[in-house]
Amino acid sequence: MAEETRALQVREETRPARVERPRRVFAPAVDILETPEDILILADMPGVNQDNIEVTLEKNILTLRGTVQSHAPQGYDLDYAEYEGGDYERTFTLTEDIERDKIEASIKDGVLQVRLPKAGPARIRRIPVKAAA
Amino acid sequence: MIEPFVPWREIRRMEREMERMEREMDRLFETFFPRRRRFFEVEFPPMNVWTNPEGAVVTVELPGVNPEQIEVSVVGDTLTLRGKRVAEDLPEGARYQRRERFQGEFARSLQLPFSIDADHVEAQYENGILTITLPRAEADKPKRITVQAA
Repeated sequence: MAEETRALQVREETRPARVERPRRVFAPAVDILETPEDILILADMPGVNQDNIEVTLEKNILTLRGTVQSHAPQGYDLDYAEYEGGDYERTFTLTEDIERDKIEASIKDGVLQVRLPKAGPARIRRIPVKAAA
Repeated sequence: MIEPFVPWREIRRMEREMERMEREMDRLFETFFPRRRRFFEVEFPPMNVWTNPEGAVVTVELPGVNPEQIEVSVVGDTLTLRGKRVAEDLPEGARYQRRERFQGEFARSLQLPFSIDADHVEAQYENGILTITLPRAEADKPKRITVQAA
């Protein structure tokens, strides 16, 4: 199924959540896309805006962390709940080189988008095939 | 002592046993995957319902949806939410390595314990959270009846 173009792999870290935190921490649902030039991570973080999002890359560990401000309506009691308030955190290990200076992150409508451009060697190189003379 | 065989009682007992095992499984699952909850628990989008005597507020986790694509409608005591979450325009040659986020159309209805004043419903979308304020219809509010002394 997979073509041989997968030059970069993004592996999820299985480090346990920091349990000592007072608030619950959830792993946001993510989509990871790969193009020949970059890796794109989309993470659902409803309730997070640009002031309380943190994207860090330490060595090859990429951490996405979002803090949610409570949006509980004033003067109402919670009657029925399908989701719980809490923060988001998810960590990935990047197996190959990323152009660190060119990482871009943005958040819109509660969706974090991180673009990780591949560094030189990881990019797909097209090797021109010459016809034999 | 041998109890008489009563089929429904046996069934009830088996049910209880099943429930117990289910809880046990859930507990075990929680132990091993404490952070892995959100994706498969409830239908998309998850909602919370807040109430007071004057009405209700429904908050919905609905990240990445164009507010124009969200349709909120109210009939009697029922709130219906419809919409579509579409994939971002994929760049040329993009391939999914991982795909966990919900995509597609959704429709959910929620019945409240009172009639809604449809003319005063408000919906606001911010940071991927939809907040719908649903005031209780005036006619539905309890009336206090003064008890008169004879």
